[in-house]
Amino acid sequence: MDILNTIISAIYYLFIAFISVLIIYNLIKTKDWKKEVIYIVILMPFLLRLFFLK
Amino acid sequence: MKTKSIIRKVLLSTAGLVIVVFAGIEFYQHRHYKETVVIGDWVEVKKLGDYFEGIQGSVNDCNVFIIEGDEPGATSLILGGSHPEEPAGRLAAWLMVENARIQTGKLIVVLSANRSGTTVTRPSGAYPTKYTIPTSWGGQTFRMGDRWSNPLDQWPDPEVYIHCPSGQNLAYVDIRNLNRTWPGRANGTLTEKTCYAYMQLIEKEKVDLVIDMHEAELQYPVINTIVAHENGQELATLVSMMLTDFEGFSIGTEFSPKNLHGLSHREIGDHSDAVSLLFEAPEPFLDATRGITGEKQLLEGKDEFVIKAGEHGLLFAPMDENGWPIDVRVGRHTSTILQTFESWNEYYPEKLIVCFDVPRYAEVIKNGIGFYLKNHEEADNKTIVFE
Repeated sequence: MDILNTIISAIYYLFIAFISVLIIYNLIKTKDWKKEVIYIVILMPFLLRLFFLK
Repeated sequence: MKTKSIIRKVLLSTAGLVIVVFAGIEFYQHRHYKETVVIGDWVEVKKLGDYFEGIQGSVNDCNVFIIEGDEPGATSLILGGSHPEEPAGRLAAWLMVENARIQTGKLIVVLSANRSGTTVTRPSGAYPTKYTIPTSWGGQTFRMGDRWSNPLDQWPDPEVYIHCPSGQNLAYVDIRNLNRTWPGRANGTLTEKTCYAYMQLIEKEKVDLVIDMHEAELQYPVINTIVAHENGQELATLVSMMLTDFEGFSIGTEFSPKNLHGLSHREIGDHSDAVSLLFEAPEPFLDATRGITGEKQLLEGKDEFVIKAGEHGLLFAPMDENGWPIDVRVGRHTSTILQTFESWNEYYPEKLIVCFDVPRYAEVIKNGIGFYLKNHEEADNKTIVFE
């Protein structure tokens, strides 16, 4: 069970990192300020997770 | 990329960061706020980890308050804070710890049965993080909590929660619900380990009677009642009759379903020698059709939308403009505990539990909860315990 939890957590954090990169990429590329706001809002929880900030 | 665009992105990112920092500070302060308990020198304080090493040092290694009488008798365990979003259970336990004297038997009280759940509120629920009970010295502040353990302490949740040892499938989130993880597992999740620790406490302290205090939304049928394991059905029925006749409030009885697992009233009775009861008081704050979910609503228990639900026959408890104030809800619990002890003594005269100095329903309503809370600012440091 513990090993399974570790594997699932590792996969989860890889997903988080991948999605964070996508969001940051889109944040840089977009020219619409409303989209920038949305990207920043949705980026925050991903970064908190990625950096283990509780 | 134009300079103007870069500046805008940096400014927006900074604004987002500032919001995160301010929210983070509020979350941190909530999680680390220290509540005070002022105890008499007759109260012994242990930790839950004293009964099970697996919980030692964790957020759920909570205080266990023990008040022992001069004469041997029955031992009762009172659990407050199984669901920390139901404050009447914690506050009633608080009044017990700060006021109760025991002549015969032993009283064991826990204020934060799921301490992890007291460090968080329901995500996106806009709950207040704290509430203050008015007192003669200004007020005493308590952490508002959630029904479940904090996901910071136990994560991730499974797709389906398979209860141990019954194998029953329960809602995934209930793997963090202290009242769905009884009797617990020594090598399970934090919440399961916590229940296991309480089962160890029940066994080692030879507990005869367990009382688990809760509150419920008015749209939930199990309300204003005592839920009893079959080993406590007669006792609960007598308590219900006595309270309804003599204390001026109505309380029913429900029998614990044999096929619904993980709940204290079922599993403690099944896996120990203790009689297991669960008390439910009404809390409009929890109703789905409530209005503003603020401290005022939490403490006054008044809500026009819940009244409207009652007009449409959607409630299982009466609701009017007087609401269900916190004093009423706490007073119901203290009187039900005291009446349970008195009725217990009629059934088991060879194993008594005699408790005094705890206010009953009418006294709590008349004087308010704050009247019975002790001022930590005037207390000797040796008598202050942080919860």
